[in-house]
Amino acid sequence: MLYGAMVLWGWLNIYSATYDVNQSIFDLTINSGRQMMFIITSFILIAAILIIDMRFYETFAYIIFGAVMFLLLLVPFIGKEVGGNRAWLGIGSFGVQPSEFAKFATALAVARFIGSVGFKMDQLRNQLFLFGIISAPILLILLQKDYGTAMVFLVFVLVFYREGMSPFLLLVGLGVAVIFILTLLVENNWFLYGTIAFAWGVVIFISRKKKLKRMAVITLGAFVLVGTIFSVDVIFSKLEDHHQKRIMVLINPELDQLGAGYHVYQSKVAIGSGGFMGKGFLEGTQTKLKFVPEQYTDFIFCTIGEEQGWIGSIFIIALFITLLFRVVFIAERQKSRFARVYGYSVACIFFFHFATNIAMTIGLFPVIGIPLPFFSYGGSSLWSFTILLFILLKLDAHRMQVLQRI
Amino acid sequence: MNEGRKEVIQIVFLLIGIIFLFKLFFIQVVDDRYKDLANGNAIRKEVQYPVRGIITDRNGKLIVYNNPEYDLMIVLHEVHAFDSAQFIKVFDLSPLALRELFKGFYKEIKNKKANSLQPYPFLRQLSNLDLAKVQDHIDEFPGFFIQARSTRAYTSKAAANVLGYVSEISKGQLESDATKIYRQGDYIGQSGVEKYYEEYLRGQRGVKFFMRNKDGVIKGSFDDGDSDTLSIPGQDLTSTLDLDLQEYGEYLMAGKAGSIIAIEPETGEILAMISGPSYDPTLLTGKNYSSNFVLINSDTLKPLFTRPLMAQYRPGSIFKIAQAMVALQEGVITPETRFKCDRSIINCHGPHSNEDLRGAIANSCNPYFWNALKKMLNQGKSASPFEDTRIGLAEWDKHISSFGFGKPLGIDLPNEKGGLVPSPAYYDRAYGGRPWKFSNIYSIAIGEGENLVVPLQMANFAATVANRGYYITPHMVKSIGKSGKPLSPYLEKHFTTIDSINFRIAVDAMERVVMEGTGQYRASLKDVIVCGKTGSVQNEPRPDHSVFIAFAPKKNPKIAVSVYVEFSGQGARAAASIASLMIEKYLYGGTKRPQIEEYVLKGKFL
Repeated sequence: MLYGAMVLWGWLNIYSATYDVNQSIFDLTINSGRQMMFIITSFILIAAILIIDMRFYETFAYIIFGAVMFLLLLVPFIGKEVGGNRAWLGIGSFGVQPSEFAKFATALAVARFIGSVGFKMDQLRNQLFLFGIISAPILLILLQKDYGTAMVFLVFVLVFYREGMSPFLLLVGLGVAVIFILTLLVENNWFLYGTIAFAWGVVIFISRKKKLKRMAVITLGAFVLVGTIFSVDVIFSKLEDHHQKRIMVLINPELDQLGAGYHVYQSKVAIGSGGFMGKGFLEGTQTKLKFVPEQYTDFIFCTIGEEQGWIGSIFIIALFITLLFRVVFIAERQKSRFARVYGYSVACIFFFHFATNIAMTIGLFPVIGIPLPFFSYGGSSLWSFTILLFILLKLDAHRMQVLQRI
Repeated sequence: MNEGRKEVIQIVFLLIGIIFLFKLFFIQVVDDRYKDLANGNAIRKEVQYPVRGIITDRNGKLIVYNNPEYDLMIVLHEVHAFDSAQFIKVFDLSPLALRELFKGFYKEIKNKKANSLQPYPFLRQLSNLDLAKVQDHIDEFPGFFIQARSTRAYTSKAAANVLGYVSEISKGQLESDATKIYRQGDYIGQSGVEKYYEEYLRGQRGVKFFMRNKDGVIKGSFDDGDSDTLSIPGQDLTSTLDLDLQEYGEYLMAGKAGSIIAIEPETGEILAMISGPSYDPTLLTGKNYSSNFVLINSDTLKPLFTRPLMAQYRPGSIFKIAQAMVALQEGVITPETRFKCDRSIINCHGPHSNEDLRGAIANSCNPYFWNALKKMLNQGKSASPFEDTRIGLAEWDKHISSFGFGKPLGIDLPNEKGGLVPSPAYYDRAYGGRPWKFSNIYSIAIGEGENLVVPLQMANFAATVANRGYYITPHMVKSIGKSGKPLSPYLEKHFTTIDSINFRIAVDAMERVVMEGTGQYRASLKDVIVCGKTGSVQNEPRPDHSVFIAFAPKKNPKIAVSVYVEFSGQGARAAASIASLMIEKYLYGGTKRPQIEEYVLKGKFL
């Protein structure tokens, strides 16, 4: 149900974003027509997923993962270049992005590993293996220079956390992100060093169990943060020009409205002009006149913001939150650990896309090519999200058949 | 060990959702800035300039109309690379000039006077000739378009001063404009009728909205044209001027400084108002406005100075009629009262010795009016000669002011001056608190001294006498739009404090001035009784100003005239000749006295 509503709404919005008076929504030469084709093929995929025996996914998890990784490996050599990223494998006139399929493949692999007999999260060996699994697609996708999609896989850390990994890593990760941005914002790094030292002192002081190991861990954390500051310049200089600019624009949105800031600026203008009620379906001036680049893909949320206003935005956010909660609920009721971990992977991947995509359209996050699940135009991403979701539903349908293995 | 982690994850999900809602609420509902930005992005505004009202003369002859003019507008956002060599050719520019134009434009953008999203006049006032050439090529330069508006055109060179001119609104005017109607680049009436009737003439600006996409390509009208407004043309004015008479007056004034005003007494309508020297109104339109304005404005003869309204002169002898009216009204003399022409205190001219009132006016006897004013001011109401004069002067003041002297009459033209009628308070100031009495101020008896009038007030005075005691404020516009009526103040009769019966004596006396007195030779006409009065305003050491007021016919007057010709001697010469020619022209369409016309045109009056 949720899936159907989202896909349909997304389709209408793609139509609006590419609207031209003379063309029908079904016209195959425009994006809404093609999206309709993708939607229909998705139904075929769904049927296929539901027919295949549920054990297939667990049994062949590594093989699927391996196959997708192989495809990813091929991409830099035989891929087509689209929009600056070499991420496409061409099949006729349609291209597919293996990186999209890497999402569910990785989810399966992670679930399979955590779900294997005798897995204990607190063993360092297991943790390293898990990071190995997720770093494979990250590295391969980084080779394609598709930093956005590569970042998606970091969200698996949230899954690991659910399955028992210490939150320490998450917190340090968050700390690193915050410090990174602060370093760009604050001219004098000594303020930051001082703050870290102060925070370190406070944490040591309030720790009741003053064990040596704990102290060491906290100190290590502090050093990682300090290291971040040093690394900012290095990392920044290694990033490509347009990524540097996108990050700088986030920090100072007025910096470059016609250059690097153009996407965010126009996107905010479009959303902001929607007002409370929106301008009405097909009535958005910014949408219709194509001020926001790539509006039918990554910036599809602008169409909703402009034409349906705040009301529409509330509704779409509510829809996603409901979906996420529903997936978590399904995951939690699984009898097998494999299915549960997979469920959480699905939830987290959706979450990452939803959060990052909307955040970038309203200027809370740098612009990276992350589609909004089910809304953005694109076959690969629609198929990928469909596969992700429906494998979970298939597993869920058979949850009672699973023998308790743990 | 993993209890509660599900909730932590859910809380993270929810938190992000709530952050989005807040952020969206702020940018969508709270912050209005984005709506304007969106409109600036997608909507191009094109101003539709209204057509300014035209001005005709009293007989429906066109005087002021509009010529189409075209500005080349630029919308930088929509400009693509274009062939600048072609551009230079089409618009007849040098490469340097084009560079300068762009430089200027970028500077305006920097100063926030222009922006890249909305049209800005790039090249102004292309002539009709340019347009034909331009129209064929304009499509080659996306982002440029031609905007039509109009500039003033004139059928005649006459009446430049009173009609005024129109030019682009200045920065100062824009800043002090409380109505907020005007935008930079708008035209506004700067003087004369154009300024006074600006609100009627200007009409209302219309706007057309176009939608454009991100590349600046126009995608049709916005909102199906529902938000567009049509421009509303300004209202046409019917002026009170008689164009033939006006042109004739300017012809007579050629080479002289001064003014002629002709009024229809019954209505207060101004038939002609000539300010000499004048200028060609066409010079102050179109492309060369600025350079021409500088030229005209720096002319030492001050062509932009509207003498009929702004030149304040002492009234001279013509003021004697007003003196006579006041004295009669106060009962200090009768028409039969005689005073000896005793030239010991105040000089006189011509052979006369002991005239009654009519004779005194006809001969412009100075001692007579010295005596009359003395009786008027010193009526013995107080024992002190100082106090007595003060009481008398206050009374005199009241009467004189009722003729419309001493303050602007309220004509429908800007910058009218009021002249001066000395009041007791005025002399107190002038004498610095020291006492004054009649012997100090008697010059006002013969229209010299402290009195000041503008020529318009004298014409109005002639009309008042012609009307036997009242006037309607002189005005330039007879009908606004289709109303057929002037503004309401110009329908109201202003009665003087003098009884109508006393004016009859003035009329008789003025008839005698022309028949047998100082004005006879050049002012009298064969077919009609002209009533007039000469005046010579002293300007030691330069020659007098020649002044004449007149009206005709005596019964049922159709025209009242005042003429001032600067530095050209007695009123009986230049001014009387011009006045009679004007009357002749108006009543009979031309003169039968070519020798008088020639005399005036030669201009050798001294």
